[in-house]
Amino acid sequence: MKPKFAMYWASGCGGCEISLLEIHDQILRFAEVFEIVFCPCLVDGKKEDLAKLGDGAIDLTFFNGAIRNQEDEDMARLLRTKSRILVAYGSCAMEGCVPGLSNLSTAADHFEAVYLKNHTTVNPEAVIPGSRSEVAEGILSLPVFAASVRSLDQVVAVDYLVPGCPPEGVQVEKVIETFVGGSPLPPSGSLLGAGERALCEECPRVRNVRRPTRFYRAHQQIPEEGVCLLEQGFICLGPATRSGCGARCPRNNMVCIGCYGPPPGVDDQGAQMIAALGSMLDPGKDCDGEVERTQRLDELFSGIVDPAGTFYTFSLAKSMLGGKVGR
Amino acid sequence: MEFEPIIVGFLCNWCAYRAADLAGTMRLRSPNDVRIIRVLCSGAVEPRFVLKAFREGADGVIIGGCHLGGCHYSKGNLSALGRARLLLKLMGQLGIDQARFRLVLVSASEAAAFVEAVGKMRNDLQKLGPVSSCSAGAAAIEARESVP
Repeated sequence: MKPKFAMYWASGCGGCEISLLEIHDQILRFAEVFEIVFCPCLVDGKKEDLAKLGDGAIDLTFFNGAIRNQEDEDMARLLRTKSRILVAYGSCAMEGCVPGLSNLSTAADHFEAVYLKNHTTVNPEAVIPGSRSEVAEGILSLPVFAASVRSLDQVVAVDYLVPGCPPEGVQVEKVIETFVGGSPLPPSGSLLGAGERALCEECPRVRNVRRPTRFYRAHQQIPEEGVCLLEQGFICLGPATRSGCGARCPRNNMVCIGCYGPPPGVDDQGAQMIAALGSMLDPGKDCDGEVERTQRLDELFSGIVDPAGTFYTFSLAKSMLGGKVGR
Repeated sequence: MEFEPIIVGFLCNWCAYRAADLAGTMRLRSPNDVRIIRVLCSGAVEPRFVLKAFREGADGVIIGGCHLGGCHYSKGNLSALGRARLLLKLMGQLGIDQARFRLVLVSASEAAAFVEAVGKMRNDLQKLGPVSSCSAGAAAIEARESVP
């Protein structure tokens, strides 16, 4: 009998499912090896069918998407019970990803922004979706919107984590090989399909050429080829990001936005980026006093308009503070 | 009872820590006990330590270092200053008032300046009150740690 495989999307974009196809013809082998029992993106299947399975009946589950609402949480718990191996697949499940940025605001703020103050939404009666509505036909329910976005491992125990938004094809192949190759599985809690260093280590750009004298956003300047983007003043998250993708973005003259999460031993990507940036700036003339230097730094950092959004695009939910305090 | 803020001080071994030590020797009245953590250099204080202090319940954090040009390791305090300015900007977005964090550059002999900086922060923090609970973050961490 073939081992059973499931893949589920919670609060995600579907890119993780697509990334499974990035293994090209290997997908055929994958389909030969596994029986796909549940995957709303690929095969028809309902939650009820899943609930009928015995505990641990699914051998391997790739769970992508963050935990945004009660439905996501229920599915996470259900799949945990039904799966022998549960993998937090992709940045959302691993560390909250872009949905996690909503932890900078409260749930009430979101509803106000989306349903009441949105210029493209006509809502004269100020209707806000509730978890329970009584209509003529009966009671309608919607999943309760949680106060915060959480990663999968903040909700249930997770066996393995696969970073990336989405995970890179070559890495996905390696992850699958881990499970079908027949060698002993890595220790529980391991990160699969990623490198063990900072992204800069696999970036071909030349470093230690200059120090940034001002910061640019992507639309303000075209980067020079071949030279470290950070040193040119583009906020490239390389120093605060795990290797494994092959530095695809910097190779294409784009900054790294940090989708592989923090490198080994780092638990807060934003703080790591601040550490890197703060110590690479031009120290300037030695005669500058504290006041002048502070002013110059503030001027320089005025080019970084949204530090939280830039440094924590992918990892806010799993960061030290998890988002805005007291939200 | 008056709110007594918890201030964590990461003080460099060569200047700020000695200034704090001297303040004790001089019996200067310090309005608040700073929870002092001695570090070799203000440049060795990772921004994550500051965020972690807030997560663990600090109301204010002071990093103490040498005056610019006086760093025992030549440029550590420059890194500290660069990091501090950017960290302040981030903290604003994370809902932590900027008055809760300060980099204080003093020499080993400037005990009074150190005590004054602590006193000022304490006054500011008394007006601000405790850091509004990091409920969501803390709850998430608890959840993560209690997962069987």
